[in-house]
Order: sequence, then C-alpha cells, then structure tokens
Amino acid sequence: MGEDKRVLTGEHFLNGDHASAEGAMAAGCKFFGGYPITPSSEIAERMSERLPEVGGIYVQMEDELASMNAILGAAWGGWKSMTCTSGPGFSLMMENLGLGIVLETPTVLVNIQRGGPSTGLPTLVGQADMMQARWGSHGDYEIIALAPSSPQEMFDHTYKAFALSEQFRVPVLVMSDECVGHMTEKVIIPPADELPVYPRRYTKKKPGEYLPFEVTKDGIPDMVKAGDGYNIHITGLTHDDRGYPVINAEAQDVMVRHLMDKINNNRDKIIEVEEIDIEGADAVIVSYGISSRTCYRALDMAREAGLKVGMYRLVTVWPFPEQQIRDLAKKVKALVMVELNFGQIYYEVERCACGNAATYLVPHAGGDIHDPAEIVAVLKEAVK
Amino acid sequence: MTRPDVETIVDPMDAEKHPMSRFLREDRMPHIWCSSCGLGTTLTCFIMATVESGIDPKDMAVVSGIGCTGRVAGYLNFDSFHTTHGRAIPFATGLTLANPKLKVVVYSGDGDLVAIGGNHFIHAARRNMDILCVCVNNFTYGMTGGQAGPTTPITAKATTAPYGSFEYPFNIPYLAVASGANYVARWTALHMRRLKNSFQEALNKKGFRVIEIISPCPTAYSRKNRLGTGLDVLKYYHANSVIQHGADPRDANIEMGGKLVVGKFLDIDRPSYRDYVTENIAKQVGGR
Amino acid sequence: MEFWRKPLDADQVKVPHGQIYVIKERCKGCSFCVEYCPRDVLELSDEFNKKGYHPPVAARQEDCVACGLCELICPEFAIYAELIEDEEEATQKPEV
Repeated sequence: MGEDKRVLTGEHFLNGDHASAEGAMAAGCKFFGGYPITPSSEIAERMSERLPEVGGIYVQMEDELASMNAILGAAWGGWKSMTCTSGPGFSLMMENLGLGIVLETPTVLVNIQRGGPSTGLPTLVGQADMMQARWGSHGDYEIIALAPSSPQEMFDHTYKAFALSEQFRVPVLVMSDECVGHMTEKVIIPPADELPVYPRRYTKKKPGEYLPFEVTKDGIPDMVKAGDGYNIHITGLTHDDRGYPVINAEAQDVMVRHLMDKINNNRDKIIEVEEIDIEGADAVIVSYGISSRTCYRALDMAREAGLKVGMYRLVTVWPFPEQQIRDLAKKVKALVMVELNFGQIYYEVERCACGNAATYLVPHAGGDIHDPAEIVAVLKEAVK
Repeated sequence: MTRPDVETIVDPMDAEKHPMSRFLREDRMPHIWCSSCGLGTTLTCFIMATVESGIDPKDMAVVSGIGCTGRVAGYLNFDSFHTTHGRAIPFATGLTLANPKLKVVVYSGDGDLVAIGGNHFIHAARRNMDILCVCVNNFTYGMTGGQAGPTTPITAKATTAPYGSFEYPFNIPYLAVASGANYVARWTALHMRRLKNSFQEALNKKGFRVIEIISPCPTAYSRKNRLGTGLDVLKYYHANSVIQHGADPRDANIEMGGKLVVGKFLDIDRPSYRDYVTENIAKQVGGR
Repeated sequence: MEFWRKPLDADQVKVPHGQIYVIKERCKGCSFCVEYCPRDVLELSDEFNKKGYHPPVAARQEDCVACGLCELICPEFAIYAELIEDEEEATQKPEV
C-alpha cells in the first residue's frame, strides 16, 4: 500500500531531520516508536505524518526505554523500524540497544547529538556521544555507526543504515548532530526504482530446520518473523544457535565472538570514508559530521596560507577504520582531529597512529561549531 | 477385579506422551521452578485455554520479561521472546502493531510488570493495545531471592524488608481498570478451571486485557512469612478467596491474612489501538 | 457423597473411567494432585524418584473418572489421565 508514497522523488529544500525521515521512508520503514526530544523531534513529527501514507504505524511511546523495545518488537513482527533521540534518550536506550544487538535484530537508531552531559544544551550542537555509540551498552559487542554531515547525507545515510541493518542483522546508529539536523539544504531524492527496499534476509529453511542464530555462509544468521510457524525462542540471556539460554563460559565465548566477528570480518563492506587531498599532505584532518563542514573552510584557509593539508572524513565512525589510519599515519607528519568534544574519536586516531604521526586534537565543549581559524592555527603547528 | 495401577512413565523420552507436550519445549523440560510453585499450574491452564479456544499455534506470540514468571517464554512452544526486565509490554506493542494477525500475550511477574515496567503497563492499557497481559503475582521478586516489591502486602517480610514492608502495595485490578483496560480479572493458581475460562475469554477479545494470578512462592515469599509450602498456600486461597464478579476493584486490596477478592472485574469492548487510532488516521490519509 | 441420594437415572448414566499416567522423574512432590483430586484417587508413594521426591500413585484407580484436574493442577506436567474408551478395558492392565 502506498508504494507511490514511499519515495519523495525530486529536488527539495529540507532540514536534516526531515531528510532523515525521508531516507527512512525510502528504505521501507513501516514502524516508528519514539519519544520527543530536541533536536530530533522533527524526525518523529515527519514520520507521524508520512508513515500512515504507506500503511505504516507511528506510535509515540511513553519513554525512550519503551521506544527502543517497541522497534525491536516491530522488527520481529516483520517490519522495518526505527527510532530517533538525542543524548539523554540515547542513554536510556542503552540497555535495550544491547538486547537488539544480542537478538541480532535489524533496526535503526538516529541520535541527533546535542550538548551534554545530562540535560546540557537541548537546542545546541555537540558530538560527545561518539564513544557511547560504541561502548554505551554493557558487555562486549561491535556496532555500526554512520555520521552524516549534511541534509543530503542525512537522507543517504539513513537510507543506507536500513540496508546495513538488514545485511548484518544488527541495530545501526546514525550519529548526527543538532547542526546537521536543523540546517536546511538542497536534498535530491532519486526516483523510486533507484532506491529499492533492501529485502530482509528471511530464511529459506522450513520450520524445524531453522535455527535463529545459526550462521550462514557469510557469517550472518537468516531472519524470520513471528507468526510464520517457526516457534522460535529468543532471549537476551547468552544463548546458542537455537536461541535457548546457555549459561556457561563456552557458550559466552561462542556468542560474543560471533557478535564481534559479524562486523569485524566485514569491515571492508561497511567502512566508508571520504579522502580529500591526502596525497602529499603534511598534515591530515580527521573529522566527521558538522565538524567536517567547518574543516572544509579550514582546509581552504590553510591552503591559502601555503600549507599542504588534506582531510580524512569518516562516513562510518564505527567500526573505526583502524587499518586505514595506521597506514595513513605512516605517510603524513600529523593527524589533526577536529570534533565537538574533548577527545573521543581522537583517542582512536591516536591509538591507531601508533606514534608514526603526531596527533593533535582541536577540542570544543559543544554549543557552537569550531572557528576555522582555530583549526588552521593547529594545522600550522602540525606541519612543522 | 484387578486394579490397574498408575501407569508410571519412567523413560524421559515418553514424557512426550503428555497431552500438552506439543506446546512445551520438551528439550528444556523439566523447568526450573521450585517444588509447589504455582507457575506451572498457571501454564497448564494457559495451554488448555489456547487449545480450547481453537487458536492456531502459529498465531500465538508470547513475550516475557525477567524473573521466574519470565521464564515462561522459554518453555512454551510458540514464537516466544524473553526480553529485558520490565520491557515485555513495549516489545509486545511493536510486535502486535507490525503483525496484527498475532495473538500477543505478555506473561510476566508482579515486579517486572508494575515496578520497572509500570509505566509501560499503564500506557499500554491507556492505549488499549491488543495485548493479553498475564501478571503472576507472588508478592515478591522471587528469582533474585525474595526482595520486597510493589505488591508486597503491608507487614509482609522480605529480604529487603526485614522489619516488614510498610509501603502501600499496588492493587493491580484497580490499576488496570483505571488505566483503561478492556478486560480485568483476578484468580489464584487454585482456580484452575475459572482461570482457564478467563484465559479463553481474554484470548478472544481485543484491546488490553489483564489477568492477575495470585500464586505461591514457596522458596522466597512463603518461607520469609512462614506461610508453609505451596500446598498450604493453596489451602489458604481455598479458604479465603471470595468470587465477586463485577466487584469494584477498589475493594480488592490484598492484606496479610485477609480475604482475596477474585473474579472478573471488568469486561468491556472499548475499541483497541488498531481499531481506533490506526483506523481514524487511515481514514484521513485516504482522503488526501 | 454420603449425603446425596442416588440420582434417579444412575443406571442409565455411564460413569467414565480414567487411566492415570505419571511421568515419574518430573514430579517434585508438591502433593497438589493428591490434595485436590475430587475422587481421592491419589497418594504419594513410598518410593523415590531421582530427585528424591515421592511421585504419586493411585490408591483407588477405579475411582478415577478422567476429570483432568490432576493434569491441570500439576505444575510439573508430570501427571495426566486418559479416558478409557471401553468399560471392559477397566479390568485389564493397559499395555506399556
């Protein structure tokens, strides 16, 4: 129903949040369970209007805890689902993000980051949830997180997040920020036939043969939905292939390794970066999200000042491009991290640089974007 | 006439001859519940009701939380989901909205549903979600050793209430009725056939249905409060239950040593979420 | 039963008979079935199962009417009664 409404083809002037909602619609999202929180509420608002047009359902849940669980339930009911939130809600979703990871449920969580910690700066930008995206839920696991830097990317990355979540049977995070979420720019949405709905990897096995967590050839289990007669049992407890809880160290080893291998063995299929003028550069900026927009300006200013600099923009922040940074560090004098926090992804860069390049951080407490002149000043230091 | 003896089934493989066997995950039996725990009894009634209601087992989906009652999902041979503490109801919400064909049953305990899950309980009732919410109330957090909970009666002892609990407990039928449920009933584990009938009635209704089942916890609650074995507690239920269909739930508070008002408190047909919300929106979208 | 006179159509009504089956190793000796069987058919045996509980035995098997209460009340899914179809079979030992 409403296939013609799924993709809003055309050239639009959209704010980032709305573009993200359109990306979700184009990906075939049918269920949104969320809670209003600045600066992500616009996604919820847009979804509440658009979802009924395709026969989907929008439910404003009573809190973020319910939201995270409702989207997992909807996924197991057979629909593509998503939620959106900001810092405080992100913290509330952590336990059940872990449930989604362990149940290997495809779903999408968009975090429009704002100044933190705690209630912080509800209407102003921040990028300080990046480590939380990776380590926020308790226990060992791997996650996929994308970082859009424009409304166009809000559309593209949200659309892609759904595909990645289905491909790897894992919740995928879209780590945006208030600036990108609230800025209005041109967004081009292609025709529907260029934006297919990524099909869920439903099993071809019959009931009795199918195991909910049995890895297939590419290392990822096939999916089913409730009501198809498979009589699955799945649990948040450590479990085996059958989904039944097994409480011992051996089962834990198998399950946790699987959750991590699923992502780590497929890094080349997941990791995406944008390289600008890396060849021959003395110093390379590493950035993502809104900070990378500031860095484009900083790069121009630095080049005018005669510096040989480039940028390595992270499109996927997690899994972190470790090997790529290791290789890059051997070719350049310095890596300059620009992010709206006091050092989060910076430590990943420093770790992977292994001392082969000097690493610098241009921090910011949040609430505003960097002054490009600040970045240029550090670049000048870095190229010496 | 020779008296034929009880046919004793010794071979565990023959356990599958039990009439309810096809609804149990035999590879996980025997279950973990204690001797004379009432949970198994609530489960037999539930299974019997499912059979007699004629529902296709494929369409049953059971969601449970954490706790002894939460283990129910692991033993039922339907699509079953063992989620996190308190979050069975929102998970069930997503499940029923995405797949309205499913008969979604949330089967969880008092602490899981009205303490940590309290917010979800009242909102799902308010929204009249198509969920049958089975709350097995043993007045304690049994799995973790017997801590006091939101339904622990006044003066009852618990591991975290060594001087007795003096917090006013929830009256679950009252809470459910006030929040907007379509069907509210309370039985004890002893009222098997009436419980089975309630299950059957509820399974065939729409909207948010709540069945509270008072059940013994011999290892934690009963020991702390010197109530004896599960059998002693069942005898207490026998002597002290008062069946009052249509009673005012305000009069159904539970006190130590007091009467237990059981029966069907409410049975109405307010349109469910899907019938009301989704349909009203769909009408407007179609008109655009 | 001693307070009720015999129903007038007692000779026309066929009282059903049931055969009780106990899954011995599942029983946890709670005694629910023994206590609540409406015909007082069951008793706890003297023998032990592997867990150390006394599973039930039928003290008065011929009184069983296959009402199904033991099946419904047993929390362990350890006991059930099957309706014996033919009256004559009630006198024969059923096959394992």
